[in-house]
Amino acid sequence: MKKSFCTILTTLLLLSSLSAAEKVEYNRDIRPILADKCFQCHGPDEKSREAELRLDLRESALVPVSDLSPIKPGDAEHSAVMERVQEADPDLRMPPAATKKTLTAREIELLREWINQGAEYQEHWAFLPVEKVEPPEVATEGIDHPVDRFIVHKLEERGLTPSPSADPRTIIRRLHLDLVGLLPTPERVDAFVAAYESDRSAAIDQLVDELLSSKHYGERWGRHWLDQARYADSNGYTIDGKRGMWPYRDWVIRALNDNMPFDQFTIEQLAGDLLPAPTKSQLVATGFHRNTLINQEGGTDDEQFRNEEVVDRVNTTGAVWMGLTLGCAQCHSHKFDPISQKEYYQLFAFFNHTADVNNAGPTVKVSERELLREDIDPALRAELDGLERRLSELDQTRAARQAAWEKTITERPSPLILSDWELLKPHEYKAQAGTNLALQDDGSLLASPGAKQETYTLSFQPGDEPIRSIRLRTLPHKSLPQQGPGIASNGNFVLSEIEFLKNGKPIPVIRAQADHSQPNYPVEHAVDGNPKTGWAINIDENSPPFVVMNAPHEAHFIFAEPISFEGEPLTIIMHHDVNEEYHLGHFAFDASSSEPSDIFEDPLLQLVNTPSGQRTAAQKNRLTEEFNKTEQEKERAGTENRISVLREQIGGFGEMIPAMVMQELEEPRETYIQIRGDFLRKDKETGLLTANTPEVFPALESSDDNVNRLDLAHWLVSAEHPLTARVTVNRIWMRYFGQGLVKTENDFGTQGTYPTHPKLLDWLAQYFVDSDWSMKKLHKLIVTSETYLQASRHRDDLEQVDPLNLLLARQNRLRLDAEILRDVSLCASGLFNGMIGGPSVHPPQPDGVYAFTQDKKEWKTDEGANRYRRGMYTIFYRSAPYPFLTTFNVPDMQSVCTSRTRTNTPLQSLTMANDATIFEMAQGLAQRLLTEIPGEDDSVNKERVIRLFRLCYAREPSETERERVLAYQQQQQQLFAEDQDAAKAVINPKLAELTSPAIGASWAAVSRAIMNTDEFLTRE
Amino acid sequence: MSSVLEQTRRHFFSDCAMGVGSIALANLFANQNLYANTETEVAPTRLGHFTPKAKNVIYLFMAGGPSQFELFSDKPKLRELHGQPAPDSFFPKEKSFAFIGRGAKLLGSKRKFKQHGESGIPFSELLPHTGEIADDICMLNGIVTDVFNHGPAKLFMNTGFQVPGRPSLGSWVTYGLGSESQNLPGFVVLQSGPRGPRAGNALWSSGFLPSSYQGVPFRGTGDPILNLTSPNGFNRERERGFYDLVGDLNQQRYDLTQDPEIKTRIAASEMAYKMQTSAPELMDISSEPKHILEMYGAEPGANSYANNCLLARRMIERGVRFVQLYHTDWDHHGNKGDNLGEPLEKRCQEVDAASAALVKDLKQRGLLDDTIVIWSGEFGRTPMGEEREEYPGRDHHIDAFSLWVAGGGFKPGCLYGKTDELGFNVIDEKIHVHDLHATLLHQLGFDHEKLTFRFQGRDFRLTDVHGRVVEEVLA
Repeated sequence: MKKSFCTILTTLLLLSSLSAAEKVEYNRDIRPILADKCFQCHGPDEKSREAELRLDLRESALVPVSDLSPIKPGDAEHSAVMERVQEADPDLRMPPAATKKTLTAREIELLREWINQGAEYQEHWAFLPVEKVEPPEVATEGIDHPVDRFIVHKLEERGLTPSPSADPRTIIRRLHLDLVGLLPTPERVDAFVAAYESDRSAAIDQLVDELLSSKHYGERWGRHWLDQARYADSNGYTIDGKRGMWPYRDWVIRALNDNMPFDQFTIEQLAGDLLPAPTKSQLVATGFHRNTLINQEGGTDDEQFRNEEVVDRVNTTGAVWMGLTLGCAQCHSHKFDPISQKEYYQLFAFFNHTADVNNAGPTVKVSERELLREDIDPALRAELDGLERRLSELDQTRAARQAAWEKTITERPSPLILSDWELLKPHEYKAQAGTNLALQDDGSLLASPGAKQETYTLSFQPGDEPIRSIRLRTLPHKSLPQQGPGIASNGNFVLSEIEFLKNGKPIPVIRAQADHSQPNYPVEHAVDGNPKTGWAINIDENSPPFVVMNAPHEAHFIFAEPISFEGEPLTIIMHHDVNEEYHLGHFAFDASSSEPSDIFEDPLLQLVNTPSGQRTAAQKNRLTEEFNKTEQEKERAGTENRISVLREQIGGFGEMIPAMVMQELEEPRETYIQIRGDFLRKDKETGLLTANTPEVFPALESSDDNVNRLDLAHWLVSAEHPLTARVTVNRIWMRYFGQGLVKTENDFGTQGTYPTHPKLLDWLAQYFVDSDWSMKKLHKLIVTSETYLQASRHRDDLEQVDPLNLLLARQNRLRLDAEILRDVSLCASGLFNGMIGGPSVHPPQPDGVYAFTQDKKEWKTDEGANRYRRGMYTIFYRSAPYPFLTTFNVPDMQSVCTSRTRTNTPLQSLTMANDATIFEMAQGLAQRLLTEIPGEDDSVNKERVIRLFRLCYAREPSETERERVLAYQQQQQQLFAEDQDAAKAVINPKLAELTSPAIGASWAAVSRAIMNTDEFLTRE
Repeated sequence: MSSVLEQTRRHFFSDCAMGVGSIALANLFANQNLYANTETEVAPTRLGHFTPKAKNVIYLFMAGGPSQFELFSDKPKLRELHGQPAPDSFFPKEKSFAFIGRGAKLLGSKRKFKQHGESGIPFSELLPHTGEIADDICMLNGIVTDVFNHGPAKLFMNTGFQVPGRPSLGSWVTYGLGSESQNLPGFVVLQSGPRGPRAGNALWSSGFLPSSYQGVPFRGTGDPILNLTSPNGFNRERERGFYDLVGDLNQQRYDLTQDPEIKTRIAASEMAYKMQTSAPELMDISSEPKHILEMYGAEPGANSYANNCLLARRMIERGVRFVQLYHTDWDHHGNKGDNLGEPLEKRCQEVDAASAALVKDLKQRGLLDDTIVIWSGEFGRTPMGEEREEYPGRDHHIDAFSLWVAGGGFKPGCLYGKTDELGFNVIDEKIHVHDLHATLLHQLGFDHEKLTFRFQGRDFRLTDVHGRVVEEVLA
């Protein structure tokens, strides 16, 4: 047991480190040790730093503490670090026992060697710019492909040779499974083998081109991307209601099939909505970040779950494009990577301004397969695109246009400006019951609620002009209840009496008028001498339509004749004797020398003066009705109309569903650091944050100060970004070999693994960028390399030196993904329906799946063609995914998944053997064998077995295999003949038509067995 | 985890001469124990934990949040102040309830309480049978949790985090200890009550741990596991022929490719064949003696909590590591169908005798010593009533609630956790959910700070960065 472990460890070390003569490299050898064992307390996180010592920065590590430097270059003997890691006293030894981490003898040795060699630091490799490298020269002859030169170079260093090419049948099956996720037909295999034998490289070239231009390529590679997008058809959490997300899925398929460059692919998904006049397709693309969960449970705090969504968007962006574990910095500065908590929330700020709040939020309407259709007359398509683009532009500017339009209303000559009013600024003001009155910059007075009943006494020093009329303006204020002008809980007030005095003598008011009064509370009541009546502003069923209570209002009080004050003060006393806590909260006075003409209610003005958040639905409708009369709104309606006519004309669009999209709020939210990641604890001390990218990376470029998601997306795909291209090519590589060149494909930070082939990684990254981010070009490059085309057979000589196959002296055998298992079963059975896109489907599912969920999901099993769609179209409920998928390691789609696990379990065996869907396909396969090779004698049976192997494995059986299978078929035929009931239970009606129950059942049994073999489930 | 890593681990196992059965187990149902992290994380660093007191867990999850005021926590003062508005201090600014707000009135419990056993632990009249095991259980009245909605709170109770995606307690335990069963999963989930628990499969998810550690739902009726039964027409003999053919073809492929993954698949197929008999045998309780069936209140063929309790015992006997029972509908807000009157009485009748029988039965078989039984909801309920219809109900409460634990080295007859006279806050002997997790793991032989898994650059733990082993409740 121990020996075995030692072997593995030794080989790992052999691979990851080096012989004594070689130089110890910080990035490869030392940083992993320090990052894992030391940085937690001596790294970037200032809050957890001990002894003020940083070991991640050379200048800090060299500064002497007491006598010794922690690290003395060239002199390990006198470096405090070496002393501490070898300390005999467990209380002094580093790392401390409490961390439960220890250094191995080998690690200590490496540290010593590194210090003795000069303790050279390197910046973390993944944060350095992609290095421009050339493929190395290799000794082996005939190695031309750049990828092969990197791989063989390393193999030669170890004295290893690559494996021979796989045989053409394995190659075509491998390429089909990897590029389109389907089985090749026996006929295509034959053609390929023939072409291969006459010109190998041309045959491969042609096959790869054929597969990359297949519509199924977008499905195969789209599914990988959808794992990263955490795409599902339901909202998640407990209620887990269905959502219409599939237009986004179709967008991904289409984009890949069109070979959309990866930079554009990135920009449209992260910020398609912020592009100038985005197309519908670009809006649908933003569904990428609408795949976050929505908690529909009663009594939830939407803001809390909105916050969770933003966190998920930040972390997912970090994981997908940068391969970084940003999530660590949500609660504290990253302990290993140079990402501070502040920087985390600066990234957060990019995503903090979208309109969705734990709900479906903004959507665009898309109909079935709209994004995938290619049958539309190009002229009509162009017209439609143009109209939709114009519509989206008008939609985009709509809020701004409405705001501008509203402003014109407030500015138009108003019936209220019926006199030349001049502000009266009080020079004294007091409140009898102690309310605090504060004079505002605009001359208004603002009260702080507190007193029960209040009387205000205000003094003014009027100018020389005589005063004929006084205007009282009641003004809403955000500090007051319901943002009204009064301090009543609904924003109202009752001004029971208002008195005007000159030098202590009352001035009679002959007329009063107001732009708005509450029924039964006319303004005249404020001057009727009766303290039990007054002026108020509430609304009830007797009010005119659409008037607004908590908007600015005004009342005019007109004297019998102009009064000259000649230096005497004007005193105004405001009584609020009706109700408690019903006094005015915010108001101002003006004076005029003339008499205003009659005033009337202007509901539109009142509506416009009401903050949009406070408008009722009816009020909003009223405003919209008016706004719709503007020219551009008429154009918008016309465009909408024209679009629907055009769609009708083109036809075949099907039912429209709302696709969830991103949309930026007019008014951005405020972003603060959230202390310990708690959304309620805002770090006001650090203050308001603006969106920005972490300092360790190249700076964000933006044309103005308002940086947004679009800038972030551009930044991610800028040629200088050190991570995006590396991370992306590494993941693509991983799909072809089972593991990336960087094994920790989801951690390119300091805790991740060093690349096995750093130069190859950089070369591929540069190639990707240089070929305008073409994904198809990158695929073709990789799959035409001999490294990819090698045999996957295990080799004894490699088992000892490279058990993990890091050096790729052979290919890896990989079990197929869950969806592909279904797809290949469909292919073999002949039942396969290759339709692309559209709403998700319901293939048969075992009973009892919803025994464990809160709500039973609707599951109406599809009949007909939709029953045989590809696995990726099976509807995915997060709370109870389709069991076949889960059993074969489909992730839970709760958060980003960049790489699936692959297990090999008895539950999988049970599923392949017994699942009704798979068995239906086994019946289909039997039916196919009996139809394609009719007859009943022995030679026919032999032909059928050969056909079976060709259909399922793309090869012919060996004699042993053939005889073994035939023996089983014969035995089963006999057993079924003796048990007709069993035979009838095994066959379906179509098999019954073709042959006897015993024969039909025996071939169903054989087909089932082949579909359960390892080879069927594996890409070899 | 890539298959390459799996392979290396498997090499390790096969070189250890553990035989094919063990190899299969390694993948199947989590007998991979501590070697399953990354390939650089070798076993010895993880074997430093201590000898476990317990090796199995049965988690009786009362989904919805049972009311401690009607079951465990007798508060005379609450009765005295019944109908009065709750003090303002119950509604600080940051405090949230799901449905009630300022002004909610206190609700005294109508249930009568009695002290039971030598320990004198009080239980209400609704739990007479639980009273009989008072001296075997450890009653914890000072539990607090962090979240007040059902889904997130259930996730928190199971995974230590309120958002889906982290491994559940059962997954951590099977990841840590592996499974002793040759032909059953290491972590099984059973369900009773009118509907499934909120949050669904995220509650027994293996999160970022390999998916072989996720809970396997067993259904009480029909096939206990999906796809356990062969297609119609394939009897046992015919299946033997099928598995032999598949095995032979796989072996031939192995001879050619030498891929150890094929060996694993051969073993997995064999186990699948065995499970077709072992799983139904497990689920068939008709062989249990009549007095045992009566003690639980179990009836062969029924899908009930009582049956599930009995099945839990049978699973533990057969080497299943972690059994979790969900019994739903404890969410008694005060509507016609969910209130503290008849619906609560009915829930109690469904679980009281069976839960007590499980503890007694485990004890009489000597299994209680190394099996931890937990009876718990995701949170408790408020001392304030909820005014919905005319039925009595309470809102969700996270600052003080009750659960009990028995066996596995927890102190029998222990009463721990003191709340204020209205039962709103814990005033002493508080146990946070993280502390409970730390303590459970401790009894299973794990230092909760050491049982970690590296994911997205971080060593994740069940207890996140929290947790204290509550030594005071351990024997």
